[in-house]
Amino acid sequence: MRKFILGAAFAACLTSPVFADLRVFACEPEWGALSQEIGGEHVDIYTATTGGQDPHGIQARPSLIAHARRADIAVCTGAALEVGWMPMVRRQASNRAIAEGAPGDFAATSFVALKEIPTILDRSQGDLHAPGNPHIQTDPNNIRLVAQALAQRFSELDPANAVAYQAGLTDFLARWDVALERWTLEGAPLRGVAIVAQHQSWIYLEDWLGLERVALLESQPGIPPSSGHLAEVVQTLQAHPARMVIRAAYEDDRPANFIAERSGIPAVELPFTVGGTDGADDLFSLYDETLRRLLAAAAQE
Amino acid sequence: MRRLLNAAAIVGLTTVCSPAFADDDLSAIRAEIDAMRVEYQSRINDLETRLAEAEARTARAETSAQSAQRAVEAMPAAVRVPPPAAPVARPAQTGANAFNPAISGVLNGQFAASSADPDLAALPGFDLDAEAGRPARGFNLGESEIVIAANIDPTLYGNLTFSLGQDGSVGVEEAYIQTTSLGGGLTLRGGRMFSGIGYLNEVHAHAWAFSDQALPYRAFLGGQYGDDGVQLRWIAPVDQYLEFGAEIYRGDAFPAGGGANGGTGTSAVWARTGGDIGSGSSWLASASLLDANAQSRDVNGSEFTGDETLGILSLVYKWAPGGNRRDRNLTLSGEYFVDTMRGNFDAVPVNLDRSGWYVQGIYQFRRRWGAGLRYAALTPDNVPFGLAGSALDAAGLNPWTATALLEFDTSEFGRLRAQYTRDESDRVANDEFLLQYTVTYGPHAAHRF
Repeated sequence: MRKFILGAAFAACLTSPVFADLRVFACEPEWGALSQEIGGEHVDIYTATTGGQDPHGIQARPSLIAHARRADIAVCTGAALEVGWMPMVRRQASNRAIAEGAPGDFAATSFVALKEIPTILDRSQGDLHAPGNPHIQTDPNNIRLVAQALAQRFSELDPANAVAYQAGLTDFLARWDVALERWTLEGAPLRGVAIVAQHQSWIYLEDWLGLERVALLESQPGIPPSSGHLAEVVQTLQAHPARMVIRAAYEDDRPANFIAERSGIPAVELPFTVGGTDGADDLFSLYDETLRRLLAAAAQE
Repeated sequence: MRRLLNAAAIVGLTTVCSPAFADDDLSAIRAEIDAMRVEYQSRINDLETRLAEAEARTARAETSAQSAQRAVEAMPAAVRVPPPAAPVARPAQTGANAFNPAISGVLNGQFAASSADPDLAALPGFDLDAEAGRPARGFNLGESEIVIAANIDPTLYGNLTFSLGQDGSVGVEEAYIQTTSLGGGLTLRGGRMFSGIGYLNEVHAHAWAFSDQALPYRAFLGGQYGDDGVQLRWIAPVDQYLEFGAEIYRGDAFPAGGGANGGTGTSAVWARTGGDIGSGSSWLASASLLDANAQSRDVNGSEFTGDETLGILSLVYKWAPGGNRRDRNLTLSGEYFVDTMRGNFDAVPVNLDRSGWYVQGIYQFRRRWGAGLRYAALTPDNVPFGLAGSALDAAGLNPWTATALLEFDTSEFGRLRAQYTRDESDRVANDEFLLQYTVTYGPHAAHRF
């Protein structure tokens, strides 16, 4: 019902029917969804990955190269999240518009203060992201920051529709702020709740909701949890009990389930991005669903 | 509670988009209060946004940890986004080394055991280039590589790849410049490079799925075709991936030789297409044609002057559950080679039609673990009487190899591999067993499909 009303309000706000003027290559589903919210019918969006895919491990597939070839803007996370594939897609696509540093090269992490910037850059510490933790979309406040920058960039690239992009932004932010307030209220019971996370993906979510991370299942980022490290986590949990163990939908469920079983706490699969799980169909329901799952787990005794 | 908030949201929205349509005073007041709340919240968010943005800017502009710390301390405590930890070991942004290129190293080493002497290995029916031989028995340092790559200026990208042989020899494997902003989907590359023909020809040894090249690559291309020349590529502006390439080379590398036609002895054209099937599968198909002129090409003391034309059809299919390659994935590939060789081999006229093919599959059955199978075969041609007993005389043998491997990745950057090959490509069958490591270090490389 809510979705219907939001959709209706959205439709009512947008009045000018036009064909797509800006081709958007979105690296991840959250940026595809945000581009849609802001650009509406002025943008034609190709989303390179799905919510079920690990964005670190994408291949420079032929379809990606073909769509990057014609894109006016590549909307990506940045902060080295796509380092294993976007440089190759860019080089093979031979498209000046989205070349590194070009106006069509949009990195969402450039507009957010990054956390967990590694102090020592050495691969013995795992697969580090030198610029900091790139998983900014787990905090809806960051979406707000990126939305403003993205509307600005759309307007620069397609000045003819600048008014429409600003209107799209205003409308989106109005709905977003209402939702933000609701999420903050709904999420209040999660403040101070102790959790265990599988990968270092959730720092922005943790800080937003006030979750206390007790342990990580990966001893180093990107290195799959070893049985030895999992045993240590079980021990840690005896001293510092947690209420749940969380993981992104695309991650292997076995380590989280192992900890859940051994420590008697629920394992929570979170969507991580739009389309990650059932129910997370757009940016709004992404956080609805994330909170619903966290709250359900926190309510378990 | 949730319903109430939803109602508030609806009212707030209608206020933003169109005049409110309250029926009675009470709901009008409620709407007004809600609108005010929305406005206040958005103002607060705006302020927070500006603060966070300012902070992001300062954080980026910092050149030292101390100044970052000072700026962070100067921030009001109310900022919702806490300051990032100040980087300690970040490279200086303004130092003399700020523009250093990306430098990466590749190391590999292996232990080989084989039932037949690898020094005597031959491929009856084919003049096997020295590059395409078998690994020596025992411990071997494989080929090490140093790759130096960077943008040269706004229009050019450069790549230099040294290969360091186990005997201390240094070779320039690739050294090319490439346009980055030609526009229109065109890319021009010049220098020394691997040709874009086939699927595996461009792939560097450290990125191969198996530790050696498949039989047809060894027989027809001496492993890989790399030479000095120019390449022009064009990607069609359609949603279906469609790319064409044309290349001209000096003609010094096998199967060419001697830099014929005034140093333009080899030419090649290729076309590629590919796409996705659902979210789980992707494919790539290509057709390539290489025309190589050989001027007194000398392989193991036998000389060939003439023309070799090689056609390659390639198909690659990759699958992962939902396209999520992290834990499980499958790569199947196959290529068919057809070769005509016309000219004089050791002063005897030859006109040979030979072919070869391989299929291979690698299945990563759990994270970090993969298993692979490959079958490769060649079809030689009958040689004239004068060449009986020469390298081109297969004497009725149809060479084939079957290979199996098991590999373990220490991470994205390190791989341990055990590979067994049943090799029926020589007069004496060979069982070959390899243990190998291949590691890359330096910047994270982006790989081809």
